[in-house]
Amino acid sequence: MESAISGPAYVVGDNIDTDQIIPAQHLNLVPTIPDEYEKLGGFALCGLPESSYPVRFVLPGQLDTAYPVVVAGRNFGCGSSREHAPIALGSAQCRVVIAQSFARIFFRNSVATGEIYPVECVDRLCEILRTGDRVRVDLNASTLEVESSGKVYLLKPLGDVRPVVEAGGIFQYARKTGLIPSQAPS
Amino acid sequence: MTLTEKILARASGRARVEAGENIWVNADILMTHDVCGPGTIGVFRREFGPRARVWNRHGIVIMPDHYIFTADAKANRNVDLLREFAREQDLPYFYDVIDDPQGRWTFNAALGPNRRQHGRRYAGVCHTALPQKGHTRPGEVLFGTDSHTCMAGAFNEFATGIGNTDAGFVMGTGKLLVKVPETMHFRLEGELGRGVMAKDIILHIIGEIGFDGATYRALQFDGPGVAGLSMDDRMTMANMAIEAGGKNGIFEFDAQTRAYVDDRCRRNGTKAEYQPVERDRDERFVHDATVELDRLEPIVACHPNPGQRRLAKELSGVKLDRAYVGSCTGGKTSDFLALARVLRGKKVAIDTFGVPATPEIVEDLQTTRWGDKTVWQILEDAGVRMTENAGCAACLGGPVDTFGRMNEPLKCISATNRNFPGRMGHLESQVYLASPATVGASALTGRITDPREFC
Repeated sequence: MESAISGPAYVVGDNIDTDQIIPAQHLNLVPTIPDEYEKLGGFALCGLPESSYPVRFVLPGQLDTAYPVVVAGRNFGCGSSREHAPIALGSAQCRVVIAQSFARIFFRNSVATGEIYPVECVDRLCEILRTGDRVRVDLNASTLEVESSGKVYLLKPLGDVRPVVEAGGIFQYARKTGLIPSQAPS
Repeated sequence: MTLTEKILARASGRARVEAGENIWVNADILMTHDVCGPGTIGVFRREFGPRARVWNRHGIVIMPDHYIFTADAKANRNVDLLREFAREQDLPYFYDVIDDPQGRWTFNAALGPNRRQHGRRYAGVCHTALPQKGHTRPGEVLFGTDSHTCMAGAFNEFATGIGNTDAGFVMGTGKLLVKVPETMHFRLEGELGRGVMAKDIILHIIGEIGFDGATYRALQFDGPGVAGLSMDDRMTMANMAIEAGGKNGIFEFDAQTRAYVDDRCRRNGTKAEYQPVERDRDERFVHDATVELDRLEPIVACHPNPGQRRLAKELSGVKLDRAYVGSCTGGKTSDFLALARVLRGKKVAIDTFGVPATPEIVEDLQTTRWGDKTVWQILEDAGVRMTENAGCAACLGGPVDTFGRMNEPLKCISATNRNFPGRMGHLESQVYLASPATVGASALTGRITDPREFC
């Protein structure tokens, strides 16, 4: 069971919408086709304007990010219902998004796909942390620790959401817990 | 119970539901399109098996509309995947781009981006086409793989956007686990003044509550002011419930709703029976507001989100490069009539694009005459670049060859519903949201302009 996620954080502001997480021109990629799933990772957060975000989440030509943790302000994932958004983040090897609040459909899609843990924070961490700060997110204790200072911030517990993400999404969770038959028919 | 709670109670087989409860809801319709359909089908096949059948072939509506008129090979492939699935599952409500079920769409350079490049069955933008094709009925539950699915709330139904994984689940089972949203109540009173449109009402409301002010909630619109709003107007408003973070928007049922729905179901031979929901005395709201329509003025939501509300008349210093009328929320017949009313006999000062939401709207505009000219001609004479290829087009950017897409860092005023950074193409471009009348007036002057100067 995954309980801690460590690494550098990527910090964004309020109202990061799904167009900025995965711009619409890349929605021609179908997430259930494996090589297109991989490509989506390379475009994660590429819709952030360079003028505000000179440090890029994924470097050009790469498929994965160096930042397993995204820290955001309010209303992360607002806008469209495209499931490509949490999938792009997950495909890029981001594990957790910590935000003051999430838009409804993005939160649901994160859980349904099991791609990322959507965790709410109490403090306005997007103004406390800077991109590149190394952090340790403890899902058991619901805390985020800043490695350089040792300072610990409280997160809101994931509750019933955690085992669903851990299982890899709603279908896997439903199979694991016996809600639906244990094998997908072939 | 509120309108939303009543529908969800019925759809879950319960006498009552409370806001905050998680319940299993039976779907009436699942709608998907070319952007999320292939992924939804992928989830459905992966989880239910390669030989699985959909839960109800009459309950699935597939409307390709996003990336249709493009040379992008993957986008074309995605429509092919929908066609193949519709054939395999024998789906009666697949609104293909072409007429030949064995064919493939290809771009015809001789026709270019402006002349019609689709077949007779093509329906255009899903949210506008669903009611036109007789798939929205009062009291029903509609799930769609698109956040603007909430537009169908105009027809007194529960309609909300979901992701591919949830849609794959609905496709196989006809059910979804739903949290009953709290309801925010907006009582509309009075009538809209000259030059003020439904778009101004919803931009006003989003400005009031903040653009995450309805997160996880339902928006209920009722009161005496609703009678003066056409079904097009109600669609514009319900469409943008999501721009305040809402789960759904819903209107009261009235004679206008009945007339529209009955006519459309009859014309298209779709299911004609339905059971509307009416207001209860004991409905409980988390927010209660009255909107006096007479007092509203033309509104603009500034870059970079739909909550940045200003009055159009305060923004006359903002110079523009482009104007755009189109999309589910702003590309209906009434939207182009409002635009034509402002532009008639004049010339636009900046690049102006018009993309009707559906082929039926194209036909309306090409056959409706004002004097000796059709509305279409009036718009073209004023310098608007009109396309017959109805669809989502540049509302959400799309592939680089999309009609009207901003491929440079321009400033655009648009009758669409979103203005996040990069929404209509270039990441540094800016979008101002407004009514079609305000877009028209601004197109004439090249700066943001209150349409009351022209009408």
